[in-house]
Amino acid sequence: MKKLLEIKNLSAGYDNQIVLENVSLDIFSNDFIGVIGPNGGGKTTLIKTILGLIKPIFGEVNLLINKTNVGYLPQVNQIDKRFPISVFDVVRSGKADTALFSSFHKNTREKEKAESLLQEMGISALRNKSIGELSGGQMQRVFLCRALMNEPELLVLDEPSTYVDNNFEGELYLKLKELSDRMAILLISHDVGTISFFVKTIACVNRNLHHHPSNIISEEQLASYNCPLQIITHGDIPHTVLKLHDEHEHHGHHH
Amino acid sequence: MDIIIELFSYDFFVNAFLASLLAAISCGIVGTYIVSRRIVFISGGITHASFGGIGMGYYLGINPLVGAGIFSILSGMGIQLFSSKGKVREDSSIAIWWSLGMAIGIIFVYLTPGYAPNLMSYLFGSILTVSTGEIWLMLALAIVIILFFTLFYRTILYIAFDEDFAKTSDLPVGLFNYLLMILISLTIVLNIRVVGIILILSLLTIPQATANLFTLDFGRMMFYSVGFAFLSSFIGLLVSYFADIPSGATIIFTQVVIFGLVKLIKAF
Repeated sequence: MKKLLEIKNLSAGYDNQIVLENVSLDIFSNDFIGVIGPNGGGKTTLIKTILGLIKPIFGEVNLLINKTNVGYLPQVNQIDKRFPISVFDVVRSGKADTALFSSFHKNTREKEKAESLLQEMGISALRNKSIGELSGGQMQRVFLCRALMNEPELLVLDEPSTYVDNNFEGELYLKLKELSDRMAILLISHDVGTISFFVKTIACVNRNLHHHPSNIISEEQLASYNCPLQIITHGDIPHTVLKLHDEHEHHGHHH
Repeated sequence: MDIIIELFSYDFFVNAFLASLLAAISCGIVGTYIVSRRIVFISGGITHASFGGIGMGYYLGINPLVGAGIFSILSGMGIQLFSSKGKVREDSSIAIWWSLGMAIGIIFVYLTPGYAPNLMSYLFGSILTVSTGEIWLMLALAIVIILFFTLFYRTILYIAFDEDFAKTSDLPVGLFNYLLMILISLTIVLNIRVVGIILILSLLTIPQATANLFTLDFGRMMFYSVGFAFLSSFIGLLVSYFADIPSGATIIFTQVVIFGLVKLIKAF
């Protein structure tokens, strides 16, 4: 069991407005952590700090592995869906360390890796499509391929189940479970009920962070962690979401 | 046809032809980046801010294009600096530089004693009066742009598509943003003579919109944009010559007509 990352007394935010306060967390190679918490509670800020996209205001984030060995799947709404780029190029961009002078190389191994990931996710047929032509689930698959291009030791996913159908959601979590044998995973979700079947531990983030040592968590515990719960039943899967959650996101998620 | 071939025996026409070709190369490639990355408005700000440099050039008695170059690069940097460090909203920051540049230009032109020659050609372009010296500069720029976009194609593509992800992959995002901003500024300045400050945004966006009707791939879009930009510039040049109407405006008009026709044909 190798330690990949340590966060010590981290405070972070934007324009000196603190979103996360005094957060500490260690991530080890066999971890599969589900990160939950209300909107604006600091989930995305946490992973952006881990990825070095935001500088800590206070405290420290020590990445003990190479930065390029962290795979990242951003929130879909951060992506410009009308950008003229093909699925294959998006996946290849996951191995960007070869990009700088790529015009001189054949990049055969990189292309093969991209092909095999597309195949593994069952989207080889979409290879030459533009990303704007994809459905939500297809797009998430493409971004998962991109995140896996570098064979990461740590995979960070920000709400990968937004805008996807229930079918793909289940498929995605099973895939992540399979991947968790090979790499540590940090998964942000607003759907506590569903992810708790798959993750090993749960981190509640709402300005502070409470790392709950198991995947079973009671409403009382959540409340004591400052993350009160609400249960919504929709279709076959009961969705347990946080009370403070914004309605818009349910909408995009469930329909 | 003979009459067109005959035109090529005139130096001014050969220059105009070369200018339209070189403008198509630089604007086609750089414009694809601008459109894909949705920084059209920033480019508009830079374009108009460069008028400050033209006014300054007149006042100081130096080549107005040198002044325009300085102003456009400074405004490009200024827009980024204001919005990233100064906490000014980006569109407001663009508007500030846009109008500041125009204001400085107007004041300098007013202060310049006597009449400012060719002022209209900077505002609305004058492809038939492009000098051989300017052609050489445009050629140098076209070569730099082709080399830069060929050598660093993937880096540019990845940064433009998803800047945050590119940062996590350790790509030199900041450096490339600045280099590309400088290339945008130079492209704008060196093409001012072709279509003018007021109209140059069209060369950076309309051929790209037409290209976008045929492809959703960044690389192909660059090639097609160069093609459409050249086609419209050359047709516009001929029409303006024979009809004796302003070249810059005719080129833009041709671009829009081509875009409209293609869109119409595609609809059926």
